[in-house]
Parts: sequence; C-alpha cells; structure tokens
Amino acid sequence: MRRFFPHAVLGLGAAIMLLPFYWMVLTSLRAPSEIFDISLWPIPKAFHGDANYHQAATSVPMARFMLNGVIVCAGILIVQVLTAVPAAYALAKLRFPGRRLLMMLVIGALCVPMQALALPLFVGLAKAGLLNTYFAQMVPFFLSVFAIFLFHQSFRSYPDEIIEAARMDGFTEMEICWRLVLRGSLPSLAAFAVFSVVAHWNDLYWPMIVVSDTALAPPPLGMLFFSDAETGANYGALMAGATLITAPMLVCFLLARRSFIAGITMTGVK
Amino acid sequence: MTAALALPARRPARTRTAVKGLAFAAPAILLLVAIYAVPMIVLTGFSVTDYRLGALDWHFIGLRNFADAASDPVFVRALVNTLVYAAIVIPAGVFLALGVALLVHGRRRSRAFWETAYFLPVTATLVAMATVWQFLLHPTLGPVNALITWLGFAPVSFLGNPALLIPTMALIGVWQVLGFNMVLFLAGLTAIPKDLHEAARIDGARHPIDRFLTVTWPMLGPTTMFVIVTTSISAFKVFETVAVLTKGRSGSETLLYSLYLEGFEYANTGYAAALTLIFLGIVLILSVGQTVRMERKVHY
Repeated sequence: MRRFFPHAVLGLGAAIMLLPFYWMVLTSLRAPSEIFDISLWPIPKAFHGDANYHQAATSVPMARFMLNGVIVCAGILIVQVLTAVPAAYALAKLRFPGRRLLMMLVIGALCVPMQALALPLFVGLAKAGLLNTYFAQMVPFFLSVFAIFLFHQSFRSYPDEIIEAARMDGFTEMEICWRLVLRGSLPSLAAFAVFSVVAHWNDLYWPMIVVSDTALAPPPLGMLFFSDAETGANYGALMAGATLITAPMLVCFLLARRSFIAGITMTGVK
Repeated sequence: MTAALALPARRPARTRTAVKGLAFAAPAILLLVAIYAVPMIVLTGFSVTDYRLGALDWHFIGLRNFADAASDPVFVRALVNTLVYAAIVIPAGVFLALGVALLVHGRRRSRAFWETAYFLPVTATLVAMATVWQFLLHPTLGPVNALITWLGFAPVSFLGNPALLIPTMALIGVWQVLGFNMVLFLAGLTAIPKDLHEAARIDGARHPIDRFLTVTWPMLGPTTMFVIVTTSISAFKVFETVAVLTKGRSGSETLLYSLYLEGFEYANTGYAAALTLIFLGIVLILSVGQTVRMERKVHY
C-alpha cells in the first residue's frame, strides 16, 4: 500500500496533465460525426485522420507556417550563439575594461521581459518599413542575455592552464573560444538550443505585433488564423492543426530531455 | 624562462587581452545598446507624450498618461484580473509542483517517466493547447463537463460565464507551469544531503512529515523563493490564453493583453508606453531580490 500510493497519486496527476495531448490526437483522427463522442476509447469507429490532417495542411498554408517557424527559430538561435559565446568567453576568461559593468548589465537585462521592449522596437521597425519581414520577427531576440549568463557560468570552470598552453601552441583566441572552451560546454549549448527553439517556436506575442501577412506567420500565429477561420466548424481539422504545430517541440524535448532539464536546473537552484 | 625575461612581455600581453576581450564582447555590447538601452530610453520618452503612431505632431504631457491609467476602468480591471490570475497560479503552481516533486523524487526506475509526463505541457505550444482546452471544457460537448454531469453535478460553463473566465485561464496556467516548477524543486531536493535526513531520524523525527518540516522544507527555502518569483513573473505575462480563448471579451483582459490592445491595435503609443512602464515596474519589483542573489553567486 505504502509503495503503491505515490504511483497512484502521480498517475492520476499525469493523466490530467496528459489528457489534452491525448484528446488532441484522438480528436484529430475522428470523423465529424464522432467528434462529440465524449468517450476516451483510443480507437475511432471510423478512421478519419487522413481527411483531418489533409484539411489542416491545405485549408491554411500549414507547411508554410512550419517553414516560417523553422526559419525564424534557426535565425534567432544562430545569431544568439554567435554573439553570446564570444561575449561569455570574454567575461569568463579575458580581462578587459568594463567587464564588471557588462556583467552587471547582463544580469540587469535578465530582469527585463521582451514585452517591455516591444513598443519602441515596433515603432522603430515600423519607421524603418521593416514590419512583415523575417528580420522583424527575429531581431529583438538576437541578443540572449540568458545565453551569456548560462555560457559564462559554464565557461568559468574551463581550466586556465589549457587556455595558456593553447596560446603557447599558437591557437588564435577565436579557436580557443570556439574549438576548445565551447566544446567543453556542449551540454550547455544543447540545453540552451532547446530552450531557445522551444521559446521562439511557441511565442505568440511578438509575431502577433509585427506580422500581419499570413505567408510570414510562424506556427502559433498561423494556428490563431486557422482557428479564427474554422470558427469551431471542424474540430477534427483544428485538432490536426494543433497536433502538427505542437509535435515538433514535443519531439525536440523528448530527444534533448536530459540537457534541457539540466539547463533549467542550472538557471535556478544551487 | 627567467623572471627578468618574462617581465617586458607582460604589459603588451595584458593590453592584447584587453583588446581581445573588448572585441569579443563588442557584438553583444552593440546589441545590448540597440535592443535594450535605446528602446528603454525611447519608451520612457514616449510615456510622457501623447504620441500616436503615425501622427505628425505630439506634445509633452508630463505624467498625465500615468494618471489616466490609474483612472482608466479597463486598465484597472486588467490589473485586478492579472492579480486574481496570479493569486490562483502562484500558490497552486508552487505547491502542487512541490507535492509532485516530493513524490517523483522518491521514485527510482519510474522517475524519468513521471518527469516527462509532467513536463510535457511546458514545451507545448500554448496557442494550440488553449484551443484544445477550449474544446475539453466545452459545456455540452467536452469530456470535462461529461465527467461533471456523470458525477451528478450541473455542467459548468467555464468559458461562457464571465466570472469563471479568469479562474479557468488560471487553471490552464497552472497546467502549463507545474512541470517547470517541479523540475526546479527536484533539483533543490537532489541538493539536500542524505545524511541530514538520517540525523533527523536519529534525533526523533520518525514520521516522514516531521522530517519534511524539520529538514526538507527549510533546506528548500531558496528554491521555493526562486520558484515563487519565476511563477509570479510568468503569471504577470499571461497573454496567449486571453488571445485565444476570449480576446478580452466580458472584461477578461489582462495587463499584457490590454497593453497589446492600446499599443498595437489602437496605436496609442504614448499611453501604452506608460502602461508598459507600470508592467515593467511590477516585474522588476518581483525579480530584483532574485537578481541581487544571482549577482552574489557570480564570480567575476
């Protein structure tokens, strides 16, 4: 009994946590006549998944939304890594004037949510005629102070002796930063990559502000367009769309579960 | 190499590191200025004007935007809604996560499974999942109400009754934040030395609840603080569920949603800037203590 009890409680909780995912996939496979059947039986009476997914993929440019999501997330991640890694390396291993100030600014900026910067950035992009571009969707996130903080914490533990030896051997500072120090922090890089991609794939606020052109919408905005257009008429297709949009991040998380959770742990406690 | 030989080379080497350091940090510094510093200054500037995006002229109006916010029934309602939302999400999101973490912590073989099951909502696209919840909570067609009627209660119109809109969105908020908090608590629990529990047992804390109160709970103090702070900040940023489920109808707008409407739908740039500063002020108050703590942890 004692051993069984925690599993029972956890199982009940997990059932509630997972119910939306289960219901989403189940409904996406059901025929319209069966949609309002409240049974949770996993096998639909008539398999209608092909029609639902076909409609979700064709009534709105779902493939386009996904591609936009990939482009935006990849662009953001690449620039974030390219700017954060050298900065974190400099903060952790190089003495330069203003280092303390920069570190303080980084930590200060961690407290400022993106939503607080949205208005001036939006006005600037509007004035520059850059709304409805991929650039506008990516630019506020080009600098990740979180990445600088995370990499800084991880680079610090890299032994200075190895860096010194590498310098003696004629390694350039760039090579030391990217090929030695970053290689020692690959788990942090993996954790941050999942973090960044999950956050930006799922973000609605900023795309809703700078994108009005359907052809440029990332998945969450596309989902919003889609559910507005469907107005509740076809739940099966709506759930198929939701599944298509949610699945990549769930897969991404399942593949990188360990490093993602380690990344979260590193940010918080200790 | 002798000390005498090494000395002359030292100064230029130090200058070179300084130059390299600045060069390495330069892209980040430039972006920090362009994305954080300049926008913050511009935002503060907007907040004391009556600027509307697209308007040709604007006037300095001092703090009138802030005074207007205080007497704007929509903004006050949005603030109250956000507080109600936070008042549900923070305690439920923190204590349920602690409970789950305590149960998961004791599992060995099944730990990875539970971790994944509870964490999945954190990674899910909230826009899509809010649509799913809308369906699940449907008064006549959804399975949740089917269960409620089966248990003999009257069906609940979660998204039809204005009084239930904010609590319903808060439940979805708890659902999404729980796994994140659980992971933080699990990390905190792992950091507690095992012999502390042994010592407490020897000192007479026989019952697990006694040991929880004497050892686990005090040791989890810093983690709990962190979890409360991050949960509060994310509660104040609630946006997606409003955008999907209600679009602010029936008086269900939240802080960020009304800010979005003023700034980006109605182009009231000056007024929205004032609202943004109020929003930022709240978030900063919540996060400042945490930052000071973090800064102490960083070694330069």
